[in-house]
Amino acid sequence: MPKGKTTFAYEKCKGCLLCVAVCPQKILYQDMTTLNRAGYNIIKVSEPDKCIGCAFCAIMCPDSVITVGVEK
Amino acid sequence: MEVKYAKTKGLTDKPLTYCPGCTHGIVHKLVAEALDELGLLGEAVGIASVGCSVFSYEFFNCDMQQAPHGRACAEATGIKRVRPDLTVFTYQGDGDLASIGIAETIHAANRGENITVIFINNAIYGMTGGQMAPTTLIGQRTTTSQGGRTLAQHGNPIKISEIFAQIEGVAYLERVATFNPKQVLNAKKAIKKAFTYQKEKRGFTMIEVLSTCPVNWGMTPIDALEWVKTSMTPIYPLGLFKDKGDFHE
Repeated sequence: MPKGKTTFAYEKCKGCLLCVAVCPQKILYQDMTTLNRAGYNIIKVSEPDKCIGCAFCAIMCPDSVITVGVEK
Repeated sequence: MEVKYAKTKGLTDKPLTYCPGCTHGIVHKLVAEALDELGLLGEAVGIASVGCSVFSYEFFNCDMQQAPHGRACAEATGIKRVRPDLTVFTYQGDGDLASIGIAETIHAANRGENITVIFINNAIYGMTGGQMAPTTLIGQRTTTSQGGRTLAQHGNPIKISEIFAQIEGVAYLERVATFNPKQVLNAKKAIKKAFTYQKEKRGFTMIEVLSTCPVNWGMTPIDALEWVKTSMTPIYPLGLFKDKGDFHE
């Protein structure tokens, strides 16, 4: 399995959860204790080691919040 | 670590004004990525319409012009005829294109104007508060069809791609959706093809994108994507409607 890494531009996140819904590894979740400046609960990665770098989350993100890197 | 996916250069850093989970953002991204990947960003001119996408001139990182309601194709015609070397596209919703602007759009298509139209079909008027659009489905509740749209009172939803497919000047026409990553990638392929056809002077190209309006549909963004898949695609089937070779030459 390739290893991936996601980084979030949190200030642009609107907490729509589309990324959470499409993640095949089910490692994204909405952190109900952290708000960004716009007042949205942001998305975090529960187990970063499990990320396979498929970029589905970034493809579905309407606000271009997510950057995905893959280890070669 | 190699970057597999990052925000495209085709969009500015301004935060999008769309509601959470609105697929306008995804389509903006696809158009911007397509322009960037084809190397057209420096020579592209976009025409923003009226509707939720009225501020799209703030978001695309290319030259933009704001058209009066429904007149995006007329403006695009003017720009393309004065500067045929530029890549000209319009970005219109269903209220703008299918309702007030249908005359301009149909005649631009009939003349075979060498422009690309990105048509967002979300079956409702988003910006003005969820009123019934020409594309609203039978039975769909909106603020102006509170018991659901009925055939007897409001007629059938208008199928823009089916209508435009019959027009001689249309070179390429495809209906795509954004309800899962596969469909999003398909949509991007279609948008790229449309821009390529425009560069090859083949005529009018249009991409209809089935889109969501979670707030006015009264759904979560995830349920809205599911609703596109289960309720919209049977009425608006996805696929290629027209792919014609050279038109101008």
